[in-house]
Amino acid sequence: MSPATKPRAPRRAKPATLRVLVMRAAGTNCDRESGFAFEQAGASAVTLHVNEVLRRPAVLADVHGVVIPGGFSHGDDLGAGTVFGTKIRARLADAVRRLVDRGGIVLGICNGFQVLVKTGLVPGFDHKLDRTVTLAQNLSNRYEDRWVTLEATTDRSVFLRPGERYRVPVAHAEGRLLPLDERTRKRLHADGQVALRYVGPDGGHPAPYPFNPNGAVDDIAGITDPTGRILGLMPHPERHQFPWQSPDFHRDGAKETPDGLRMFQHAVEHLRRVF
Amino acid sequence: MAAARKPSRPSRTSSRPAASATRTKAKPAPRAGRSAAKAAGPRKAGPAKAGTSAKSPKPAKAAQARKAAKAPAMKRPAARPAAPRASRTAALPVLRIEVALKPDQIDPAGREAHAELLAAGLTGVTDVRVVRVYFLEGALAAADGKRAAVEVLADPVMDRFVVGRTLEGAPAGTARAVTVTRKAGVTDPEAESAATILRSLGLAVGRVKAARTFWVVGAPAAKAGAPDPLLEAARDALGNEVIEDVMVGTLPDWRFPAPTPAPVVRRDVPIRDLSPEDLGELSKALHLSLSLAAMAAVREHFRGLGREPSDLELETVAQTWSEHCKHKTLAGAVEHEDEHGKRSFKNLLKETVFEATRRLDKAWCLSVFRDNAGVIAFDDDDAVCMKVETHNHPSAIEPYGGAGTGIGGVIRDILGTGLGARPVASTDVFCFGPPDMAPERVPEGCLHPRRLMKGVVAGVRDYGNRMGIPTVNGAILFDPRYVGNPVVFCGCVGLLPRDRVEKAARPGDLIVAFGGRTGRDGIHGATFSSVELTSKSETVSSGAVQIGDAITEKKVLDVLLAARDRGLFTAITDCGAGGFSSAVGEMAAETGADVDLAAAPLKYEGLRYDEIWISEAQERMVAAVPRKAWPAFRALCEAEDVEAVVLGTFTDTKRLVVRHGKTVVGDLSMEFLHDGLPRIVRKSTFKRGGGPEHDGPDRADQTSTLLALLGTPDIGSKEWVIRQYDHEVQAGAVVRPLTGVKDGPSDAAVVAPKLGSVKGVVISNGIHPFVGDVDPYAMAWLAVDEALRNAVATGASLERLAILDNFTWGRCDVPERLGAIVRAAEGCRDAALHFGTPFVSGKDSLNNEFRTAAGDVIVVPNTLLISALGVIDDVRRTVTTDFKRAGDLVWVVGETFDECAGSRWYRMLGLLGRQVPVVRASARRTLAALEGAIAMGLVRAAHDLSDGGLAVAAAEMAFAGDLGLDLDLGKVPGPVRRSDRLLFSESATRFLVEVAPEHAEAFERRMAAAGAVAAVVGRVTEAPRLTIRGVTGERDVVAAPLDALKDAWTHALPFGREEAR
Repeated sequence: MSPATKPRAPRRAKPATLRVLVMRAAGTNCDRESGFAFEQAGASAVTLHVNEVLRRPAVLADVHGVVIPGGFSHGDDLGAGTVFGTKIRARLADAVRRLVDRGGIVLGICNGFQVLVKTGLVPGFDHKLDRTVTLAQNLSNRYEDRWVTLEATTDRSVFLRPGERYRVPVAHAEGRLLPLDERTRKRLHADGQVALRYVGPDGGHPAPYPFNPNGAVDDIAGITDPTGRILGLMPHPERHQFPWQSPDFHRDGAKETPDGLRMFQHAVEHLRRVF
Repeated sequence: MAAARKPSRPSRTSSRPAASATRTKAKPAPRAGRSAAKAAGPRKAGPAKAGTSAKSPKPAKAAQARKAAKAPAMKRPAARPAAPRASRTAALPVLRIEVALKPDQIDPAGREAHAELLAAGLTGVTDVRVVRVYFLEGALAAADGKRAAVEVLADPVMDRFVVGRTLEGAPAGTARAVTVTRKAGVTDPEAESAATILRSLGLAVGRVKAARTFWVVGAPAAKAGAPDPLLEAARDALGNEVIEDVMVGTLPDWRFPAPTPAPVVRRDVPIRDLSPEDLGELSKALHLSLSLAAMAAVREHFRGLGREPSDLELETVAQTWSEHCKHKTLAGAVEHEDEHGKRSFKNLLKETVFEATRRLDKAWCLSVFRDNAGVIAFDDDDAVCMKVETHNHPSAIEPYGGAGTGIGGVIRDILGTGLGARPVASTDVFCFGPPDMAPERVPEGCLHPRRLMKGVVAGVRDYGNRMGIPTVNGAILFDPRYVGNPVVFCGCVGLLPRDRVEKAARPGDLIVAFGGRTGRDGIHGATFSSVELTSKSETVSSGAVQIGDAITEKKVLDVLLAARDRGLFTAITDCGAGGFSSAVGEMAAETGADVDLAAAPLKYEGLRYDEIWISEAQERMVAAVPRKAWPAFRALCEAEDVEAVVLGTFTDTKRLVVRHGKTVVGDLSMEFLHDGLPRIVRKSTFKRGGGPEHDGPDRADQTSTLLALLGTPDIGSKEWVIRQYDHEVQAGAVVRPLTGVKDGPSDAAVVAPKLGSVKGVVISNGIHPFVGDVDPYAMAWLAVDEALRNAVATGASLERLAILDNFTWGRCDVPERLGAIVRAAEGCRDAALHFGTPFVSGKDSLNNEFRTAAGDVIVVPNTLLISALGVIDDVRRTVTTDFKRAGDLVWVVGETFDECAGSRWYRMLGLLGRQVPVVRASARRTLAALEGAIAMGLVRAAHDLSDGGLAVAAAEMAFAGDLGLDLDLGKVPGPVRRSDRLLFSESATRFLVEVAPEHAEAFERRMAAAGAVAAVVGRVTEAPRLTIRGVTGERDVVAAPLDALKDAWTHALPFGREEAR
């Protein structure tokens, strides 16, 4: 959306304004709600087209976080996130890296996660951009929209609290997390980079379909980089930032803090500590 | 599309002299993959130097090539010099790259292809592996190809690739290959994306061609003299030959066709001396679809002018006067006669549907029946608008593209409403032949309903999801009469500022086209929709099918709303049916326009001027941009890679002047164009239909009937469809299509379109074509009742609901069929007046028929869709259909009558019946009573009784909430005393309502005070069973565990039965 249609912030950040860049491309479609979730959590959101960021990479020095929202950047042509990811990898990876090194955060949601994976920023073993995981076509071979339960399985991520659970929806066709090989899979676990896992009906693993909606290896729904400041996840936390968004709302009433919003709050708390 | 029942816009006059067509100085940005592809990279590399420069590019040259290649994506394309034409003629080398999943990877697309081939009757197949094939035009070395693969085309984790040769997808000798690729000239967004991104990496890539090769393991060999079974199955299962070529084997190295420019020579069509017979022939030969009277009017007009029309002028008239754009029938004069006597209408719609709106005169109706969509007030700042369209004929021929462009078209209607609305929700209602129809019963020339449905759903999914618009509501109906002519309704809801509702182009404003490029897509779509389909349509009319590119439209949406908020244009409309011809013709109806078609960016060279003018290429909008706003508008578009050009100028001449460069190819008076259509009076008659009623005994056990009903595709779960649609995007979903702990059906959708606000919109629909088989008047009432009760059961207020009509009929030159429209239109009027809900928009689609090879005509049922749109003050007050707590009381609100004609139960019994559901004088009171109870917070769950009656609604509420129900038919209000009727009658205006015991008294008082009939009929139970006691109270007529009910409901559609693993 253009700045003029940008949602109004419900409250202003304090004391210093924490700025999160919502970076969109042709086909991004969750930019408004992703920015709004950060605003609800106390940051301020600035939405820019990637063309603008490519023109002025310096804007990345002026923000405290970046969110790459969901959508179909470039229509998912050539594989979800490939075109957008290729642009970032070629032209912005260093600037993003510097942001993270300063203590800033990067969040990739759904298509944003697909983009992060194509850039190599996650998992980012040894802080290199090697692409060692991918998000393959769902085993069902079709797009699916459904609510799932996630569990935070790392103590590294500034977006998460270990053990915390989140009810949020997924909506994608390419979300089956797939590591390059067995070594990569083991390392993801060993280094605490498996950030979120789909949880089955009894809370255990492996979670059967449709609790694991896409057939992701080890029920992995999201991974973090080694610093814990970059998070990519397939589900949409921004779609559970108001109580009435939950499909359980009509039955169980309003939750005090919607599950998805908590991730944004944790992230903004981290930014407050750093900046 | 654009022309849906809009009268002409308010006239503006200006003293400014008419300006001639203006063109941008710099040629517009050649868009990626199209002419940019032809021009940018390869031209710089140069064919002569191809060999050396490609293998070892010198740094300087490489940098230059990179710079040039980046230009389209990153730089202001306007700065690039124009391409020397000569350089385009020499053929450039082509590099082949093939990519596949590594052999140890699961191939979901291959699995699906495998299943489809089996379904198409191919035996022996054990596995299918898919290989993606790319041909890159340009002087590229193998190393460049490798780079293209590694960085873009192949995933390093799961893919493998080869450069310069074919990749065998399966071990040698085990598989046969089938290749599917887009036909020449058909849009291929993926290939275009590939070209763009490869150029941005500095690779000198021109055009890109993509294909898919399926390696079919175990495929039977072809036998000489017999059709190849693999090819036969593949044509059926893997491609659609309307837009794709399907061939056995791998694709030979691709040669990109050399562009062929079309000379601009004005072509006149002699018409002044034609006999009536010749006029008819001419109309057919040019696909004008004009009646003899209309053709004669054109002839007279040009006789008066003393000259012959150009082909473009004839086309323009045909588009403007088409049924699709002009609604000649519904807005025409009718002499009607039936059992109620004679009536005559000067304008049928105006005196029925519009009349109700006029008499209701709601202050919150901000713009009705005059823009792309009906607009009502939302809150102090914003308004909400809605439009529903059909896209039947294109979907019949190419379901994926047809449905995708159907949704794309209605989204553009919303984008073109007022000064542009932001789409916030979509709806879809489909009518198909039965999905389990025996293949031999499917007429020649028709796609099997299963295939059709899969394609339509995929088309809506891929377009709607990519646009980021939640698809939140819909319905699917099945009947053999839809087999040759499916019905695809696409609806869209938008939000726009209240001060952006009005628009008017002013003389002197620039005519700006932006968005997609123009190709040969959908030539004659408007006239095509006005003729019947035949068994040959698939081959003859395929040019009328458009292929959508959702991301182009999403980019249009982004810049359009930004430009709107900055006030950069004074009017806007979409290019729908009739393309530029309709869009410009309408926007300039009160002013005049001067257009230069040479300015239009083309997908490829060789289009004739009339093709440019009437092309229905998708994703294009036309805006009226004041001269001083043009630089800002153009800059905004450039910043987001959207192409925008000045096509001409709005004038004050009241003439539509069309040029191609210096040649004037059309000059029509707006008066003739918009008012020259001769008015004719049609005659209509009507007689009620009907058949025998069920007169068998009232059976003691109806459990199996209920299970069978739940398992019919009409009633059964649409989960397979629903979950493929993103219904959560934009974070506004409150009531979704599926609800409850175990996913039952919702009555209506509720969306909160403004982030952080609890104000919402409710969207629902009503459709009863089978009641229409007996009585279209009752059908209209029932459809309105259903749409409204769905909305009210969810928490809407009757006072803030508006409705839309969509008539989908066969040919209306048959007096009986036109009579059915008259009765339905009268029903619409009477129902709207009764409920106090105005119509705000509508559309009709006639000629929905299919002529088989044997000459039989299959006419669709008279299908009236009513859509409801309402505003809800607090979405937290809404109610869902699932039972929530054991021990709660369950009420039936409304009376049940013996009204089974057109019901799902009768259809299962093969009966039509005579007693159709009648909406009674108490209907409004009943809805108001429930509305009040919900507003007071007395209702825990509510579900309207519709398809399958009380029994089906009870089962759905129970399994959705995973709670049982004990229900006693003896307590159900109404005169009926037969259990089967009470269970399955589809009487109107009824609900099942769950009320907590502590609210029972208040609920009862509320019902009584409002004058609604209601009674406690049962109680929600912990035990997971549905038990329904018969009317005599002696025994249970239904007793079933919830799992059995849910299971029957879940597996009603023949899709998605396979588990995901």
